[in-house]
Amino acid sequence: MKIRLDRTVCDGFGVCAKRAPDYFSLDDWGYASLIGDGAVAEQDHDPVMRALLDCPVHAITEIGEPRPSVPDPPLRDMDDPAAHLKTESNEAQWGFTR
Amino acid sequence: MNSQVTTQPTLITVATSPGCPPRLVGEQPVKGREDFAAYRQLGGYLPLASGDELLGEVESSGLLGRGGAAFPLAVKLRSVRDNGRLIGGTGGTAVVANGEEGEPASIKDRWLLRNRPHMVLDGLRLAATIVAADRAYVYVSDHESARSVETALSELDSETLGISVGVLTVQPGYVAGEETAAVRMINGGPAKPTDKPPRPFEAGVAGRPTLVSNVETLANLAYLQCHGSAAFRLQGTSLSPGTFLATITGAGRPPVLYELPHGLPFTELLALHGISPSQVRGTLMGGYFAGFLNRGVLETNLDHETMRGLGSGLGCAAISVITDDCPVAVAASVLAYFDRENAGQCGSCFNGTAAMAAAAGALRDGAASSEDVDRLRRWSVVLRGRGACATLDAATNVAASLLDQFPAEVAHHLEDGCQDCGNHPFRADRPYEAEAVRHA
Repeated sequence: MKIRLDRTVCDGFGVCAKRAPDYFSLDDWGYASLIGDGAVAEQDHDPVMRALLDCPVHAITEIGEPRPSVPDPPLRDMDDPAAHLKTESNEAQWGFTR
Repeated sequence: MNSQVTTQPTLITVATSPGCPPRLVGEQPVKGREDFAAYRQLGGYLPLASGDELLGEVESSGLLGRGGAAFPLAVKLRSVRDNGRLIGGTGGTAVVANGEEGEPASIKDRWLLRNRPHMVLDGLRLAATIVAADRAYVYVSDHESARSVETALSELDSETLGISVGVLTVQPGYVAGEETAAVRMINGGPAKPTDKPPRPFEAGVAGRPTLVSNVETLANLAYLQCHGSAAFRLQGTSLSPGTFLATITGAGRPPVLYELPHGLPFTELLALHGISPSQVRGTLMGGYFAGFLNRGVLETNLDHETMRGLGSGLGCAAISVITDDCPVAVAASVLAYFDRENAGQCGSCFNGTAAMAAAAGALRDGAASSEDVDRLRRWSVVLRGRGACATLDAATNVAASLLDQFPAEVAHHLEDGCQDCGNHPFRADRPYEAEAVRHA
């Protein structure tokens, strides 16, 4: 089993570190980071799954093999995500940090 | 409020190192944007018979990425190509030329895009061939760069380029240049980083394996096709081969863009820049990323192995020379920048940068206690690696290197106060920026 923690989603509830302290560490403000590379030992499966299921914001997910078993169809013109961007009103034009 | 923010294009001085023929900046002085005919005359846009053969050349050349991380380009190209083959058929990968230069102290990528857009596009089409991409993008924030690339594209026929290229413009921001931010924006989201895994080489544009490469790296790829790996290695060191573009700011002088051979002694750069070593207090390395070096920098060579050995980094080769400014005040300004400019996504980052900026600001103002400095030291260690992107790491590098490289200055601020900060306190929203931002 392998897991990932999306720290852009974590809201600092800290439940994960209570359930599986060997896999999650909290900073001074209670936000979590993964200890290690996300590989979970067989004997730790249950507490880590508790952490995953109990996370109120679903920041922890189980990841499978790095490659999808069913490949996406090849890109075609209509699939180009950038083709749908509206230059003035798109979120990416304004929805960032500055 | 949605105010337009952009950089204010300036005439930047460009210089080269004696004995190092320019590869990227071209012959000087520059006579404006290089057009298709001029670039073609220099040997650009050569037909590419075999992507695998060129990949072999990239491997032999040892070309490292110029975006800051110095990741071997050959490894990245091979990973994207192989992942593309794994998921199906002949490819279906994407390539992105990343010209969103988020580092305020750097100007090299904008200079290349504004003046030599064809060299970047040439490298992009070569990368696309190697990884069998069917999508290519140029990702920028600078409007002048976007215009230059679009004009260059209009000069090209589809046969020469071999792939359709989209130009995407975002508003400038420190985090917008991160590779996952580029992918996220192209996929229709905000230009903010995502957590890893996956990295773009695994799943990027439309979930496809994607090569995101800095524009200077791609320009070097074009050079490699034209001249080969042996010629590429004629400059630089064995571990940091080739030349690099360095933005030199600070020391009360206007910024200059240099093309330098890796391994150049720092003192030779100072001589080129007209600064006496006796004036130098230290440097800020790799833009705002790699932190400070004290006067020990005078003994260094400008290559990745030397800088790593010192616990620092060449990064994107933006080097700010500190002469009269107090390093404590510089650190406080840089940390305040990170407090403002972080993506606001990861709790460890928006809390950590705010806390470190507050501690450094108090230290600058003579209001900090030794406990504040202890906290700053602890945060500079324990917060490392806790963000989805490298912004928090950059902040920890600045804090840690301030305490490590300038202990006497820190002690002065704690004890009897700093004379420099008392006389003319250094404060800047974007310390040592290479180009001013314009709010329209």
